[in-house]
Amino acid sequence: MPAVQETVERVKAIDVEQYKYGFETTIEMDKAPKGLNEDIVRLISSKKGEPEWMTEWRLEAFRRWQTMREPKWARVNYPPIDYQELYYYAAPKKNPAPKSLDEVDPEILKTYEKLGIPLREQEILAGVEGAGSRVAVDAVFDSVSVVTTFKEELKKAGVIFCSISEAIREYPELVRKYLGSVVPVSDNFFATLNSAVFTDGSFVYIPEGVRCPMELSTYFRINERNTGQFERTLIIADKGSYVSYLEGCTAPARDENQLHAAVVELIALDDAEIKYSTVQNWYPGDAEGKGGVYNFVTKRGDCRGANSKISWTQVETGSAITWKYPSCILRGDNSRGEFYSIAISNGYQQVDSGTKMIHLGKNTTSRIISKGIAAGRSENTYRGLVSAHRKASGARNFTNCDSLLIGDKCGAHTVPYIESKNASAVFEHEATTSKISDDQMFYCLQRGLDEEEAVALIVNGFVKDVLQQLPMEFAVEAQKLISISLEGSVG
Amino acid sequence: MLQINNLVVEIEGKRILNGLDLSVKAGEVAAIMGPNGSGKSTLSYVIAGKEEYEVLDGEILVDGENILELEPNERAARGVFLAFQYPLEIPGVSTMTFLKAIMNAQRKAREEAELTTPEFMKRVKAAAQELHIDQEMLRRGLNVGFSGGEKKRMEILQMALLEPRFCILDETDSGLDIDALKIVAEGVNTLRDPARAFLVITHYQRLLNHIVPDTVHVMANGRIVRSGGKELALELEASGYADYREQAA
Repeated sequence: MPAVQETVERVKAIDVEQYKYGFETTIEMDKAPKGLNEDIVRLISSKKGEPEWMTEWRLEAFRRWQTMREPKWARVNYPPIDYQELYYYAAPKKNPAPKSLDEVDPEILKTYEKLGIPLREQEILAGVEGAGSRVAVDAVFDSVSVVTTFKEELKKAGVIFCSISEAIREYPELVRKYLGSVVPVSDNFFATLNSAVFTDGSFVYIPEGVRCPMELSTYFRINERNTGQFERTLIIADKGSYVSYLEGCTAPARDENQLHAAVVELIALDDAEIKYSTVQNWYPGDAEGKGGVYNFVTKRGDCRGANSKISWTQVETGSAITWKYPSCILRGDNSRGEFYSIAISNGYQQVDSGTKMIHLGKNTTSRIISKGIAAGRSENTYRGLVSAHRKASGARNFTNCDSLLIGDKCGAHTVPYIESKNASAVFEHEATTSKISDDQMFYCLQRGLDEEEAVALIVNGFVKDVLQQLPMEFAVEAQKLISISLEGSVG
Repeated sequence: MLQINNLVVEIEGKRILNGLDLSVKAGEVAAIMGPNGSGKSTLSYVIAGKEEYEVLDGEILVDGENILELEPNERAARGVFLAFQYPLEIPGVSTMTFLKAIMNAQRKAREEAELTTPEFMKRVKAAAQELHIDQEMLRRGLNVGFSGGEKKRMEILQMALLEPRFCILDETDSGLDIDALKIVAEGVNTLRDPARAFLVITHYQRLLNHIVPDTVHVMANGRIVRSGGKELALELEASGYADYREQAA
């Protein structure tokens, strides 16, 4: 089992105090003053060279946000966030944006190297033709997209893959039509904040009938101290198109908590399919649970067209707090939504994550497979909603929610809501909670595995159904990450 | 090869092993027989290093080294293998994956190179064939949905692949029909080797018709109360354990 082998080596090499990705890159930042007001919103908009309508859109969101309160219903605890103590804009200094890799700040490239951004990507960044698999990276360094690759080839297929800022400038009609159409400006406290101050993110448009020729991938990284990270992603799959999108993240260690409030909107028109995969590995905090990332994300997909399909797969291992519910609105008849999740918590991490499947159209189907693993002193909650509208005849859902506990100081909770207003809807829910038993451990140890190898093996077996949903190479990385996350959970 | 001196063991304050002495030489097959509750399974767990047992006194020497302070996986790497009476299930982990993980873990602990996939496949195939284990079973989750007989054969398969120097079979005959018993016994007999020792724990003499022991030890109330050759097993079969219960008490 080479993957496990490698995992174990990586696990050994890591110490909670010296989080592998816990370093900072020293690059001069172009930073707006602390705090948030209309001037800051205007500044962000003007720094981005946005048209007037966008500035207004942001201001409306900001005004709305001022009337809203932070939601408190999730099973997470954290000290109050002072939103006036945060910076809302930071951009790497070497502007204007580089034309090629040579022009990219070598410090940034070094950061990628340390992160182990599989540098098959760097090869691709360097333009080595036919190097490994075909992955296009829109690398986000703090808030500004630094390098976008493979643009040319994608262009040939008619695919637009660029930063959201660029899209606002270059494709205003598309952005205006779809931005905020899945997650409205007033949706929730964090999404509204994001609408006001988002600084970057990705934009994808797949034209009618096009199967995107490669997997699209974005690496996020929070770098500047105290900079809230507000990503905005918008993906539109036009009729009969297909796209697979990968998102992966790491962040450096620091003392203050870092706020992250991203919004992701997916739109699938008739017969279109979007597959969105995430591996999230943000800094979870030190051994006492101090200093980790707060991750308040709104992710939602709209199966707007008939026979459309949206599939979310997530591997959540990082962050001190995770508040995240990638959801599907099944509007089109015969549309399908899927949610596959592995959520791992260790140390003092708190995870409140799940999904919503909103069945509106006829004969819509959804499937939820959630695997929660709690270790250390962490709390891990699955919160889900499956609902069928009056007109959603023939709606079907299957939900399977499994929790695995490691040790006796952690908690796993399952909070499923089911609402059906249509008598023909069929919803199934299965849930289990189990513990790695001492006998299982002893059995593995007796055969020569050490404790960490044994836990890694058992856990990888537990999450297998979900790992299989990830694109191949992502699955291998995820498997490593899972084992790293559980380091120190036994003994 | 194995030398146990004055082993005293408690679990939750209850004394199970009471000054047990036992010696097994390389190449020897030693049978341990005894009534239920005499401490047979405890002995096997303590040798393998299960945590909840408290060793109050004595030592367990494997090739002269006291292994009591070692972790179970360290003991495994030194060649101690326990075939479980009730093998555990590990859902989602295919048997193949598990076999490769344990073989490589032990090789690593002994600073040997990892097996290549073709070499691994070759070994598994050969060993599986011998034990009438089909390929389909190897793809399933380890022990998940296996019958009692399949689980026991899987234990012997692991034993064959790991090539341990000291093998403990804990009630391997329990729950086996006669055909399965023969297959398992044959698997064990092929592994008999001048450099390898076996400790065969059983309640009944039946298994010893197929795995013929060199020595037989009778255990009662946490110690060995009588030792002899293979004829001792037959004598027990005829007379039962009643005498020994009294003797130990």
